[in-house]
Amino acid sequence: MQLTNRRKVVAKKEMTLAEKLYLPAITNGMVITLKHLFKKSATVKYPEVKRVHAEIYRGQHVLKRDDNGAERCTACGLCAVACPAEAITMEAAERKKGEEHLYREEKYAAVYEINMLRCIFCGLCEEACPKEAIFLTDRIVSVDVTREDMVYGKDILVESMENRIDVSKRQTKEVLEFKKDKWHFHNQTWEDIKNALPEKKHH
Amino acid sequence: MYFCVFIDMAKVTIDDITIDVPDGTTILHAARMIDEQYGTNIAPPTMCYYSKLKTTGGYCRTCIVSVTQGSTKDPRPMPKPVASCRTNVMDGMVVKNVTSPELLEARKGVVEFLLINHPLDCPVCDQAGECHLQDLSYENGDEESRFKFRKRTFDADDLGDKIKLNMNRCILCYRCVKVCDQITDNRVHGVLNRGYESEISTYIEKAIDNDFSGNVIDVCPVGALTDRTFRFKSRVWFTKPVDAHRDCKTENCTGKVRLWLKGDDVLRVTARKDRWGEVESFICNTCRFEKKKTSDWVIEGPSKISHHSVINQNHYEWSKMILDVKKQMKQLEGVKVDLGEGALNPNNI
Repeated sequence: MQLTNRRKVVAKKEMTLAEKLYLPAITNGMVITLKHLFKKSATVKYPEVKRVHAEIYRGQHVLKRDDNGAERCTACGLCAVACPAEAITMEAAERKKGEEHLYREEKYAAVYEINMLRCIFCGLCEEACPKEAIFLTDRIVSVDVTREDMVYGKDILVESMENRIDVSKRQTKEVLEFKKDKWHFHNQTWEDIKNALPEKKHH
Repeated sequence: MYFCVFIDMAKVTIDDITIDVPDGTTILHAARMIDEQYGTNIAPPTMCYYSKLKTTGGYCRTCIVSVTQGSTKDPRPMPKPVASCRTNVMDGMVVKNVTSPELLEARKGVVEFLLINHPLDCPVCDQAGECHLQDLSYENGDEESRFKFRKRTFDADDLGDKIKLNMNRCILCYRCVKVCDQITDNRVHGVLNRGYESEISTYIEKAIDNDFSGNVIDVCPVGALTDRTFRFKSRVWFTKPVDAHRDCKTENCTGKVRLWLKGDDVLRVTARKDRWGEVESFICNTCRFEKKKTSDWVIEGPSKISHHSVINQNHYEWSKMILDVKKQMKQLEGVKVDLGEGALNPNNI
């Protein structure tokens, strides 16, 4: 039984005199090394110099808020189940009355943690998210000295309203077009929802 | 079959598979018998029919099939799709389910109707992952909704301190009403109003406090009735289902349940469900709501969940892996494997 077609036959042939001297091989190697000395360096001096990133660079995550500052994440767990590195964990909680301006929906993530040591920045969480809550950004994850500090909680991940993070460049034309459609609950602001609520029925 | 001596048998062909079933069997049951016998997957989906309860079925229309030949005596086709849960087979009947594109198109329409007032709040809903409506729309529905009007909305309601009722998600299958009618002795819950205004409710917000009232959670095909003790605790696919039992003193309760574990914590107790998503036996509220410690139960082992289910996601059971390896070893037994010349030399890989 043959498992693959890629097998190689290894031949053991006698070396010639030139090969036995090894000198040509050494000079060849040195020439390549010296050539690289005069080439442009492949690295930059971070953080003084920063590379230009693609608009859709996959760096540190952000948990978005909607335009009223309510957190979009509802702890549905789809990012965690999509994550191939199993880096995401969360705990859900129920929104109480009076917290509507903090959380967009009935359920929210009380704890949301991403282990940045585990994360491979594949962006599957972003793709799985049905609520446009998690996005990867072009920010680079900073290094740290303990493992505990590399587990990012909501304090780091959730964006602040003063310093919002623009993710519109990550969204396709179709998504941006869809977002204009106010019929979908997904695109409604809290004001829209409040104005549209039907009158309370009496039994 | 052993009872063929006493009962007249009917020959019925469903999706080109012929089976002999006793007279009086419904088309749905004949299809399920075929699935059980041949390991096929042709039984129509059901949302309201429940074989463990009497007089269910006929409301949701998801189980429609097209009958292309009524019987041997009268071979005319039936003029429109029929509900297979309420239609009995006739000798010589020919039925089409998955082999008829027109029928699948019709079922797509049914799914669209069921979803008209459904809020599609799966990310919030505790039923997501084991929801029959979710499965149904994945398998039979359209990707997009054409409904552009305001949906019917209700405020979420508590039925007692253990059950949450979210009327928005309800598809009015009446299963829970039948449970209260047939399993519990004192019905305090039913459907109020008519037509578009219909809603499941308890009579003047009266709490359900019957020993078997918790079963309405298990029979609910959507997330309209959910367990308040499990509310937002975890998504089902992050929990691990195991079969367990205890010596339950409640009358009619078998004590055979499924525990949904996270680590050593019992997050939820439900009845065991069979291949059709129906409970194997109804369990009492003591088992369901009060025994939330592993020490209360005798654990039998991991539940068998279809590998298509998201619940099986990220469960790496050793027993299954070992079984797979053993299976492969058995296939290779006695076969000489030629890995190729120089295959054991690491430089050649």
